[in-house]
Amino acid sequence: MPLLRSPSKEPLWKDEFSVFTSDERYVTRRQFTQFLTLASLGMFVGNLWILVKAYFAKAPSFPSVAVAEMGEIPVRGVKLFTYPTERDHCILIRASEEEYVAYSQKCTHLSCAVYFSAKEDRLECPCHRGFFSVKDGSVLQGPPPRPLPRITLERDGARLLAVGVKGS
Amino acid sequence: MANLERDMANLERSRQRRGLVAISGAMTLVVIFLIVQIWLLNATLEAFLAGHTGAVLPGAIFSGLVFLGCLALDLFVMRVDRESRKP
Repeated sequence: MPLLRSPSKEPLWKDEFSVFTSDERYVTRRQFTQFLTLASLGMFVGNLWILVKAYFAKAPSFPSVAVAEMGEIPVRGVKLFTYPTERDHCILIRASEEEYVAYSQKCTHLSCAVYFSAKEDRLECPCHRGFFSVKDGSVLQGPPPRPLPRITLERDGARLLAVGVKGS
Repeated sequence: MANLERDMANLERSRQRRGLVAISGAMTLVVIFLIVQIWLLNATLEAFLAGHTGAVLPGAIFSGLVFLGCLALDLFVMRVDRESRKP
């Protein structure tokens, strides 16, 4: 039995495109290496795509939306809202008398909805016990790889406006 | 005459074995390179999504270099294979 498959006198293309089904299904080391090299090219193209997105993509514009009235929610209370679209659920937290923070409610691990635990003073994801800081949305514990996207808030008189998303 | 034929067959077999070892080695390296590239793509994507765009350019450059390495190994495999098949 030959160590390398079919060291025949046939040209390579005849070996590669055999008329026999069993021969055609046989994957040589050479073919497998070519497949891996193509996969490597795919990875490189993926990296290039991220590069293009990072440097050439236009920054998204966000609408200005009123999400709450000042004093509408109690200190350490929360209000749920959607921003920037109806499908993006967010959570507004009144951290202290004058401090409001808002984050996307979607956990950065597997997109479960996070909730505010006033007792522990943190945002918690019930699915895999991922915890986020209320102060800046950073990951305190658990599997989430990134901080929660933060909703930029502005005051307009007695209204609280959502004007952008950071880290989305 | 029979000895000569046997020696020729052994020589052929030895050449094929060397070629096989070289191809297997190169293929293993390509597999390792690909695993590194998968990790690199994952890490770059995570950094990009977290807003750290500084990691994106080095990631792309390194990925390109690894791809060139894979391409070189692929060409090497093809050359060794061609030489092993020479009558």
